[in-house]
Amino acid sequence: MREKIEEKLRAALGENIISVSEFKDQVIVEAKRDSIVEVCRLLKEDQELEFNFLSDICGADMLNFEDASSRKAYLAVEHDYHPEEVPTSERFMVIYQLTSLRNRLRVRVKVRVDGDNPVCPSLTSLYPAANWYERETFDMFGINFEGHPDMRRMYMPEEYDYHPLRKDFPLMGVPGSIPLPRK
Amino acid sequence: MANSSRDKDNVAQIVRALEDKDTSVALEDPLENYMVLNMGPQHPATHGVLRLLVKLDGETVVECIPELGYLHRGYEKIAEASTYMEFIPHTDRLDYISPIANNVAYALAVEKIAGVEAPPRAQYIRVIGAELARISSHLMAIGAMAMDVGAMTVFLWAFREREKLYDIFDLLTGVRFTTSYTRIGGVAQDLTDETKQAITKFIAEFPHHHSEIIKMLNKNRIFLDRVVGVGAIDAETAIGLSFSGANLRGCGVEHDIRIFSPYLVYDQLSFDVITEKEGDCFARYMVRMREMLESVKIVRQALEKIPQGPIKADLPKKVLPQKERVYEKMEELIHDFVIVNDGVNPDVGDVYVTTEGSKGELGFYIISDGSGHPWRMKIRSPSFCNLQALPYLVKGQMISDVVAIIGSIDPIMGEADK
Repeated sequence: MREKIEEKLRAALGENIISVSEFKDQVIVEAKRDSIVEVCRLLKEDQELEFNFLSDICGADMLNFEDASSRKAYLAVEHDYHPEEVPTSERFMVIYQLTSLRNRLRVRVKVRVDGDNPVCPSLTSLYPAANWYERETFDMFGINFEGHPDMRRMYMPEEYDYHPLRKDFPLMGVPGSIPLPRK
Repeated sequence: MANSSRDKDNVAQIVRALEDKDTSVALEDPLENYMVLNMGPQHPATHGVLRLLVKLDGETVVECIPELGYLHRGYEKIAEASTYMEFIPHTDRLDYISPIANNVAYALAVEKIAGVEAPPRAQYIRVIGAELARISSHLMAIGAMAMDVGAMTVFLWAFREREKLYDIFDLLTGVRFTTSYTRIGGVAQDLTDETKQAITKFIAEFPHHHSEIIKMLNKNRIFLDRVVGVGAIDAETAIGLSFSGANLRGCGVEHDIRIFSPYLVYDQLSFDVITEKEGDCFARYMVRMREMLESVKIVRQALEKIPQGPIKADLPKKVLPQKERVYEKMEELIHDFVIVNDGVNPDVGDVYVTTEGSKGELGFYIISDGSGHPWRMKIRSPSFCNLQALPYLVKGQMISDVVAIIGSIDPIMGEADK
């Protein structure tokens, strides 16, 4: 199945497909950010593939993913929060889990998003379900989805300043960032 | 001045409408037509801390916006700071109505990326646990939905049955509610003969109690008036909105992950995928009712087929040893120490593993950096996705139907808010 997906994607989108690989029997497509809508449209509307069910969208902060020594620092329960010091190129990843109900197949599409300008095209025009998934990703990582009809936070309060699932955000939170109710 | 002229217009409009013998009058000023009602987050019919902002035209819902996050505990952040083993108790608190199903889903995801496979006996025990959890969850859904539309008795009956299930979970796992039953590579305790007897007794008696609920509701005019044709959604919209589980099957889509991509030993057990065509509250209720009997069927077969053998995989570097042996043997002690402190170190990569949870497609997406902690863990919670369809379902319905619709899509906020 991987070959078929790769062939179709490469024929239609060429350079925009970075790689198509397989890990533990799961097909993973890596694509360029700006082509994500085209990639998903092709996967959805192709008669043979028909990935019509969007299972999930999630973000991931790949900050210093390769560097084992920095990893320990993020595990510390409390650390100082210096958002301006982190490197930003291709920092985030947005992951789309697509499902084909008819063919009983799954495929995962990944795009990389820059840290200093975290913007990604929205999939809401293709899959209405993307609405909340993208809001959640925005809430947790601060990735803005262009063309989203209602880009609000999903879980955190609207006036909250931080994006908690970023790796540089401390596990215990930033003291004083959420005002406690008066007694 | 402006007010009085508008009043005059309205009066004229009403008079004109009465002359035409048209009884419904729509006034132009939105302030006089719409009212915004806040439901929740502490409303008894919203099943937890769900908050809805409902815009009403009279009693008809014009628009509805759900607000989530009142139970957001940041489990995805906690997961990044805990080892794979440490996160198991947190999975209980996602869909707290069917904790074993969550334990199983999580264990499968970790096993997939760590390359571990549970032995057959453990897989059968997991199937039994997950299916009993499904019955428990569906009973809760039906009981609560029936209570929301006024049938208190069914709620009490459902809870009587759930109480028996909790006794079984107590025997099986040692606790009633937050089970934390699975381990990576197996389950915590074996299925004893006593548990087996209790389960056999339950599944023998359950169909009778099930038929009582059917008798109580399926021809009950009050219940039917509240649910038939209410909150209908067609298959295409439902797929577009990523509806899953019993809700999606209620729209006639034959999608069940137990069949779609069989996990555990579901491919060795025979059961039907239940679908209903209508897509309304009654169809969702019927799917749940019929699915409970399928679950009984699965449990019965699993109890017959369950083989003897170990309940944990024999992989000392990845799977915790039995506790009794840790106290006696040097090597087991070392392995226990290493696994608890350092954790299962899976390959670098990512997997997305889904199971058919009680509420729908329950998936765990794990990115591993090769260490004992997941780099990123995303919980694909079915309740979250099912709730997304709520604004579409309630649009154009009456305000009193909102509670019936919420009950019929069965959201659990612990899972939706993570």
